[in-house]
Amino acid sequence: MRHSVLELEVRNHPGVMSHVAGLFARRAFNIEGILCGPMDDERFSRIYLLVHAEVRMDQLVKQLEKLHDVLRVNARPDYDQTVFRRLHEFVEIDGPLTPDHCVAGDSH
Amino acid sequence: MKKSGAEIIVALLERQGIEVVAGIPGGANLPLYDALTGSRIRHVLARHEQGAGFIAQGIARATGRAAVCFGTSGPGATNLLTAIADAKLDSVPVVAITGQVATSLIGTDAFQEVDTYGLTLPITKHNFIIRDAAELLEVIPEAFAIAQSGRPGPVVVDVPKDVQQQFHEFDAWPELGVPRTVSDVDETLISAFLDRLHQAERPIIYAGGGVIASDAADALAVLARRNNIPVALTLAGLGAFPCDDPLYLGMLGMHGSRATNTAMDEADLVLALGVRFDDRATGRVADFCCHGSIIHVDIDPSEIDKIKPANLAIVGDVGKALCAVSQQVRLQDRAAWNSRITELKAAHPMVPPVFPSMFNPVQLIERLGELCGPETIITTDVGQHQMWVAQAYPFRRPRTFQTSGGLGTMGFGLPAAIGAALACPNTPVVCVSGDGSLLMNIQELATLAELNLNVKVVLLNNQHLGLVRQQQELFYGQRYIASAFQTSPDFAAIAAGFGIRSYDMGTNPNGEEALWHALQQAGPGLINVPIHAAENVLPMVPPGKANHESIGGEAIHASLSA
Repeated sequence: MRHSVLELEVRNHPGVMSHVAGLFARRAFNIEGILCGPMDDERFSRIYLLVHAEVRMDQLVKQLEKLHDVLRVNARPDYDQTVFRRLHEFVEIDGPLTPDHCVAGDSH
Repeated sequence: MKKSGAEIIVALLERQGIEVVAGIPGGANLPLYDALTGSRIRHVLARHEQGAGFIAQGIARATGRAAVCFGTSGPGATNLLTAIADAKLDSVPVVAITGQVATSLIGTDAFQEVDTYGLTLPITKHNFIIRDAAELLEVIPEAFAIAQSGRPGPVVVDVPKDVQQQFHEFDAWPELGVPRTVSDVDETLISAFLDRLHQAERPIIYAGGGVIASDAADALAVLARRNNIPVALTLAGLGAFPCDDPLYLGMLGMHGSRATNTAMDEADLVLALGVRFDDRATGRVADFCCHGSIIHVDIDPSEIDKIKPANLAIVGDVGKALCAVSQQVRLQDRAAWNSRITELKAAHPMVPPVFPSMFNPVQLIERLGELCGPETIITTDVGQHQMWVAQAYPFRRPRTFQTSGGLGTMGFGLPAAIGAALACPNTPVVCVSGDGSLLMNIQELATLAELNLNVKVVLLNNQHLGLVRQQQELFYGQRYIASAFQTSPDFAAIAAGFGIRSYDMGTNPNGEEALWHALQQAGPGLINVPIHAAENVLPMVPPGKANHESIGGEAIHASLSA
């Protein structure tokens, strides 16, 4: 299955991820990965979505553009998608975990 | 100035020109209600929040402007959900303002706490939860702008109780929330539209709710008449073109006439205007208008190519597009095409009564149409009576028909009629309902009695969930289950119990005179009309079939000779 990356600029507030994720669920679009972080201007966030490069891509982009908190949508088939599969390399800690690494309630 | 969140909301609603708010108070929105005391806004106390939501819809559908409903947290909000989802699917501008538990209690499973934001996310055009009273100055006008801009829809604003009570100091009121202006349609697209139309031999108009929402009925009539294009309407489009015009084809789709669906099939160009290719209109999509090219005009870009690819797409206001097109359209008589239409209409007339001993629903609706003036607003519930109204009632003007089309909500009709009557106090309003549907919001008879509005309920009573019974007869081997009511309430006694005058055409020796008499009376009334349970809505396209595969309602000759 070929994949593509969608790049979204959104208003940075607590409900926006629900709006984006909910759209994928209720319109039966496939979503493989989500990355999100604040932009330099912290009122806005950037979301990268790894999606199936399917025939309904045009409809998916139009539905995303209708969300009030989504300010811009770019389909980026040219983007490098390896980050979605190698995400652990960015966040994993070298060496064995110590008790200090464990957050409260963590079962590891 | 220094005002509480609740006072800010009420003042902003007044500034938006809101005259009526329907709702029910409860613990988490009491500060909001407290701020309503002394306001010029008239509060209508519904008896169930779903009723309040549909009263707001009735106002919005009658006026085209956003209307407001209130509910408290928890069950108040969940009871509103059906009316909000209904407004989303039928593109009705409603602003629902819900109380929420205090900010400090959110997430603690507090009394009457529910995640209103999460629940309304998939059924609104947009929703907000307010965390600080200052946000209201931005959010309330924005809620009205969103509800009324482009394709209209519902907006929810969830306001925690402490935010309603929080005082905020500010210098000036914000600008009103108004619909964002829509740009003119590109002239090259208008030319392309005209080129295709002028070259077509058998064009047909397939128009829907978007034409009514953009106040484009006049422009539609000019285009159709100048170029002699037959007009088929969707359920949501009824009223957008006058039924007495010879170009009128009535409703298309699942319960459309054979003539209309055949004409759609024979067309070489379909002008799809303010429509979304709903499955009830198209039947099996692959076979819908498969012999013609499609010009699709709609304000929502996501509707273009969603179901059926368009050969020419115009994203924009259908009213603006139709004005531009109708100014430049050529006069064409299209004699051959229109004589073919006449032939089709003659070959497939409306089916006459099957059970002469009872009131025939189609004839009753036709008679109702004769007794009511063209300005009368008709609301319906959902089921057989709704389709009989859609088939047989003579709609002549936009915004005279309110029905739950997309969501298909039984219980819509009565509260929507109350809203319509509140918005148009000098216009008669008739709610045509069924005995299944009416019971789903019957408590609003109390609201109606209290307001003493000019609303008549015409109850087509067959002691069944008629459309369910019909499907069981036609598609489930006549295995009837859960579609017959074992007991039938005395609706006349129920109406009387609510303080509403009632009439029973079944016990009246001259039933039709009783109907006429009931409609003449000022104030509320309920008219019970017994209908034979075996009456079906015909023709009918079986679910999943193409529109040309409709069954039933062939010709009276066949059923008489049988």
